[in-house]
Amino acid sequence: MAKMIDDETMENVCILAKLSLTEEEKEKAKEEMQKMLDYVEKLDELDTSKVEPMSHIFGDENVFREDVVTNGDNSEAMLANAPKQKENQYQVPKTIG
Amino acid sequence: MDLGAFTALELAEKIKQHQISVLDGVKYVFDQMEKHEDTVHAYLDTYKKEAYARAKEVQKGIEDGTYTGPLAGVPIAIKDNICIKGKKTTCASKILENFVPQYNAEVIDRLEKAGLVIIGKTNMDEFAMGSTTETSAYGVTRNPWNPDHVPGGSSGGSCAAVAAGEAYLALGSDTGGSIRQPSSYCGVTGIKPTYGTVSRYGLVAYASSLDQIGPVGKDVADCAALLEIIAGHDTKDSTSIKRDDLDFSSTMTDKIVGMKFGVPKEYLSSGLDPEVKEAFMNTLKSLTEMGAIVEFFSMKTTEYMIPAYYIIASAEASSNLERFDGVKYGFRAKEYEGLHDMYKKTRTEGFGEEVKRRIMLGSFVLSSGYYDAYYLKALRTKALIKKEFNEAFEKYDVLLAPAAPSTAPKLGESLKDPLAMYLSDIYTVAINLCGLPGITVPCGKDSKGLPVGIQMIGDCFKENNLFRAAHAYEKKRGDFGTAMEGGEKA
Repeated sequence: MAKMIDDETMENVCILAKLSLTEEEKEKAKEEMQKMLDYVEKLDELDTSKVEPMSHIFGDENVFREDVVTNGDNSEAMLANAPKQKENQYQVPKTIG
Repeated sequence: MDLGAFTALELAEKIKQHQISVLDGVKYVFDQMEKHEDTVHAYLDTYKKEAYARAKEVQKGIEDGTYTGPLAGVPIAIKDNICIKGKKTTCASKILENFVPQYNAEVIDRLEKAGLVIIGKTNMDEFAMGSTTETSAYGVTRNPWNPDHVPGGSSGGSCAAVAAGEAYLALGSDTGGSIRQPSSYCGVTGIKPTYGTVSRYGLVAYASSLDQIGPVGKDVADCAALLEIIAGHDTKDSTSIKRDDLDFSSTMTDKIVGMKFGVPKEYLSSGLDPEVKEAFMNTLKSLTEMGAIVEFFSMKTTEYMIPAYYIIASAEASSNLERFDGVKYGFRAKEYEGLHDMYKKTRTEGFGEEVKRRIMLGSFVLSSGYYDAYYLKALRTKALIKKEFNEAFEKYDVLLAPAAPSTAPKLGESLKDPLAMYLSDIYTVAINLCGLPGITVPCGKDSKGLPVGIQMIGDCFKENNLFRAAHAYEKKRGDFGTAMEGGEKA
């Protein structure tokens, strides 16, 4: 049996995904995710106890470079798309009271 | 002179010989847009004025020896998840409705250096998540062969633009089949290169371990020439690979005598449309007649490919799309109470249904308590799939598969059942999981006149085998025809 998606799990998923769904949307999402999990449960048929998880196909060596600044001050370009900005900084709603 | 009959390489050659100008080619594609865009809607944005100016600049550059490459002067369309400095890049999402990149993707710099003319941005499934281009926030694209059908996806706009003669070439991106499947539906040629061959710098990320940019064109030679331009090591992408075997065009021959092809027999079982199967089997026969050896073999991991893929792709998507929070770029919700509410409202209003579905699935499989059972299980399954492909390539030069189980579905049919749509990616997703190159070449039509494509899959770094086999097959097949014969169809 695949994991049953209950309301609490769905609530947690919404917190992690940073989404606010209506009750109706939540119900639909729950149903769809359940269907998907029932389907991917198929993987349990495979014995993978002796198989290492493969994240990168060509090995996962880090790519290093010297820690020197190669770009100039791009703050203007970086802020060009900000929905709100103030004094050369991103502006967000007040976070502490 | 019918400019629509030329391939990209032929167009560039005529330009070099002064038989036509760069502007003639650019004017031609904008004329085609004028005729067909109302129906097809392949583009989200077009740059007529800039393209005309650029055409004159490139013409001068060709004459003074600045641009000597084989595709100099050719008009090209770009999928709207690839950044062009100063041009809106929306990923067909509301959340990026006003995003204007401040830099070029590496591939764009390479195209400019090679003297191509960028003509516009093409429609796609939102953030490349979808198989029909119907999840776009900016309307559907229609298949130029029959406007009641989808062009496939997610690079549906790029493939439809080439099929409709609205571009000689296009760039797409492929995370689970997003170049190969719409190429099949639209009767064009498209290749996903080996992972790491083309820089992902400036490609808006969906699933970083799977994403690759690749060419879409009218034929195999055009795709090879374009791939030579965009491929190459880039220090700005840490997964970019140094390769010294990037000459594809000169290794193409018409001969495939003795070449070994393998067909996973599980791919031909239930779910494959009989007409697609027939076109596929006819292609196998052609290859045999040309002296190739075609054998069937068993790919036991077939039924585990889609579950593994959707877990991994969704997990990476949920992580990559966290950056869209209404702070640094893009859309921000109008009304909210405090920071976290702003994040939530922005994302809820900004993302479409399919994107939210994958973010939620991805968040779940990565969450504490489920990570091992789902995400790690999928990565272990990926290792088994990769092992099976490795074993296959010990025996065969190229593997053959349909590109999709059916021809292009009708508009509006696919989104009703997300799982059913995912299942239609059966022949394409494993190639991304394993980093393999794959090319789709048109190989037939069904009784409704919709194109069928054959997919050729190579071992990592063996694009040359694909180009050789695909080019030889294409010659044997002969002219495939175009969607817009007489300009009447769409």
